[in-house]
Amino acid sequence: MSDASLLLRAWAAIVVVSALAVIGEVLIAAGMRQLGDLDDIRAESGLGGAIRAVLTNVTFLAGALCMALNFFGMLFALSIAQLSLAGPAIGALTYIGNAFAAKLYLHENVDKRRWLATLFVAIGVVLLSR
Amino acid sequence: MTHRLKPSQYAILLAIILTAPIGDSLLKRGMAQVGQVDFQHLGLLWHALFNPYVDVGIVLLIGFFASYTTALSWADLSFVAPATASSYIVIALLGRIWMHEHLSLSRWLGIAMIMCAVGFVAGGPSRTEHPELDSMDAGAAR
Repeated sequence: MSDASLLLRAWAAIVVVSALAVIGEVLIAAGMRQLGDLDDIRAESGLGGAIRAVLTNVTFLAGALCMALNFFGMLFALSIAQLSLAGPAIGALTYIGNAFAAKLYLHENVDKRRWLATLFVAIGVVLLSR
Repeated sequence: MTHRLKPSQYAILLAIILTAPIGDSLLKRGMAQVGQVDFQHLGLLWHALFNPYVDVGIVLLIGFFASYTTALSWADLSFVAPATASSYIVIALLGRIWMHEHLSLSRWLGIAMIMCAVGFVAGGPSRTEHPELDSMDAGAAR
């Protein structure tokens, strides 16, 4: 397989793994928003009630499934891409993807301050891995 | 409502920042003792469960997931993700102090950028003001 083809496969894996992380985190965040403040639930129904509420939320479970797929996808990505490329690329893409998805699907107010923070974290993650 | 955090909520964010990197470091140290796992030596995964570093690492990572999930129940994803990015700084410093790894100039720059990012989000509200979403919270809390 040519170098260009290997690099293309590596980037395809990186994008898929990052997308799974973003979808998983957005679904988990949406599920937790549906449930409301866990401290309030725990105060009313105890720790068992809070755990039951989380584990019976379908949106949360779908998010957890995506995170599990993300874990195995990460193992696959690391088998075809170098850690020094896959690690920071997936970290940075996940932070930026989370900000876009939070705005589009969770309707969060991603203001200038949060965009800047997301960009700084993404660049910081890349610098840390060098 | 400005959605400012309570001290217990800051403690949850701190737990996220600390549990993930310390848990990862313990798993790394434990797996270094256990040995390299491949398809021919899958049984080593069973042995790994009896390594104290691996056990404490797993407990800390479960604590991380519980803390992260809790934080998302009262804060926005676009707040929690950058606010807890300090875990990257903790793992770099753990590498320097515990594993005696060298921190290059670019790593120090990365640490500085992440610290700036955390400062940006920490100064703002943790949750979007949204009447429809707030009514969902109220409904869930009933």
